Amino acid sequence: MIKKEILKVMSVKEIATDSYEMSLENEYISTHAVPGQFLHLSIPGHTLRRPISIASCNQMDKVVKVLFKTIGTGTKELSGYQSGEQLDGLGPIGHGFPIEDLKPNDSVLLIGGGIGIPPIYFLATALKERGIKLQFILGFQSKDFVFYEKEFNMLGETYIVTNDGSYGHRGLVTDLIPNVSSFDRYYACGPLPMLKAVKKTLAHKKGYISFEERMGCGVGACFACVLKTNDGIGYKKICQDGPVFAADEVII
Amino acid sequence: MIDLSVNLPGLKLKNPIMPASGCFGFGREYSQFYDLSKLGAVIMKAATGSKRFGNETPRVAETASGMLNAIGLQNPGVEKIVEKEVPFLKQYHIPIIANVAGSTIEEYEQVVTTLNHSQDIAAIELNISCPNVKEGGVQFGLDPAMASKVTERVKKLSNVPVYVKMSPNVSNITEMAVAIEAAGADGLSMINTLTGMQIHLPSKKPILSNKTGGLSGPAIKPVAIRMIYEVKKHVTIPIIGMGGIQTAEDVLEFLLAGADAVAIGTANFQNPFVCSEIIDELPNILNKYQFTSVQEATGGAHQ
Repeated sequence: MIKKEILKVMSVKEIATDSYEMSLENEYISTHAVPGQFLHLSIPGHTLRRPISIASCNQMDKVVKVLFKTIGTGTKELSGYQSGEQLDGLGPIGHGFPIEDLKPNDSVLLIGGGIGIPPIYFLATALKERGIKLQFILGFQSKDFVFYEKEFNMLGETYIVTNDGSYGHRGLVTDLIPNVSSFDRYYACGPLPMLKAVKKTLAHKKGYISFEERMGCGVGACFACVLKTNDGIGYKKICQDGPVFAADEVII
Repeated sequence: MIDLSVNLPGLKLKNPIMPASGCFGFGREYSQFYDLSKLGAVIMKAATGSKRFGNETPRVAETASGMLNAIGLQNPGVEKIVEKEVPFLKQYHIPIIANVAGSTIEEYEQVVTTLNHSQDIAAIELNISCPNVKEGGVQFGLDPAMASKVTERVKKLSNVPVYVKMSPNVSNITEMAVAIEAAGADGLSMINTLTGMQIHLPSKKPILSNKTGGLSGPAIKPVAIRMIYEVKKHVTIPIIGMGGIQTAEDVLEFLLAGADAVAIGTANFQNPFVCSEIIDELPNILNKYQFTSVQEATGGAHQ
């Protein structure tokens, strides 16, 4: 259930160029959020909230971590928050990645691009706890934007790609797919062109994709963030029905 | 004791606060936050003759003190709305206002005919002001003769009172309002969004896939207040005011300008509890400014 909560800022760290990790204390969200869900954060002076995906939850410490990139004025202001300050957030929002049907020793490929990587990290930690074998392909613009490489390495085989080749392999995440060992299904999150390419390349595989979009209400009322579908209804709302969908459920 | 009640054609409101069309879906999402029976009324998302997908995304963009939207009247079609959404809202025992949109006069008539089959619609908000559809919609709201024509045709058919939702994208709002009143409208609903555009610097292209969108939020409040103030001087039918309301003080400002009741749109996105909180706060604000009722405040700025 979505609640309007006050989250206390514990820390804000720049972990790569324009990329920030923010730790927030909140009991309700840290105990209820599942991988794939997001927070809709209010930034004073801004009409629209900012949807930010959850990168980890620690129930013991009641801490939720979010990672975001400073793209506009809202995220820039968010990066300027000091520990002890408070944020108003709606959350946890959306349906997470389905993982219940996976068995220990099943093998999964996780693909993340840029600021689509944080929810993949949250998912990876949950899958690791269930004894799932993990491989990662992570795409970044260039070397300066790479984050969480060490964290992913601890969870499974990790391939890094950069658009310009300044770190890891040069190219796109899909270029690396032939290099990974066999797997049962994939999960992906990242920019739309990447998701389109992943869906096409892995058309024969079962997969789940998490989408991002400019959002209004974040709760399913305004119809700002829709994807087309082939079912009789014709659309899904990313905020309410997603942000995670089975790859064959939506048209991209 | 402050009296918040307002009686308008077809609408017995226990308070003057209602969520604006398009910003509240069909109520389901916001019903998880508070009991919708608290609202004065509810205005549903626009209904068209058949289902519409709407525009491609991106459909929203933030602006200074506001936002642009170009949803494009996405809705499941009037029949589904009557069958699935109206029964859901009925449980709250508040007046349900149906927002009616169309590309042609015939489509407006078709929607109204279907709505006539429902006993649960208290009034129609005739949407001749949506700026985000390629045909119809706002073209009826920009020309007094066309606005009159569609108002007359819909009035002739509808079983319930008709409030015409006006576009602010006109050079003479009073002329429009007078024409709509003369055509038989029971009330006015004003204002819809102002057409705007925002260009994304990295791509050097408009952010919205529809290129233009409707500007809403606090940025447009002074425009709404001015238009309601002007129109109030020339019409006698009631006005449902809207445009950037965020607080109970804003509500009082609309009442003083000449609104009989108000609708709250964009502010729901920022705070899902906003309508409920304003209903709680309104008596304090009326009291603070020496009013004992909502009705007493309406038009106060004209005295």
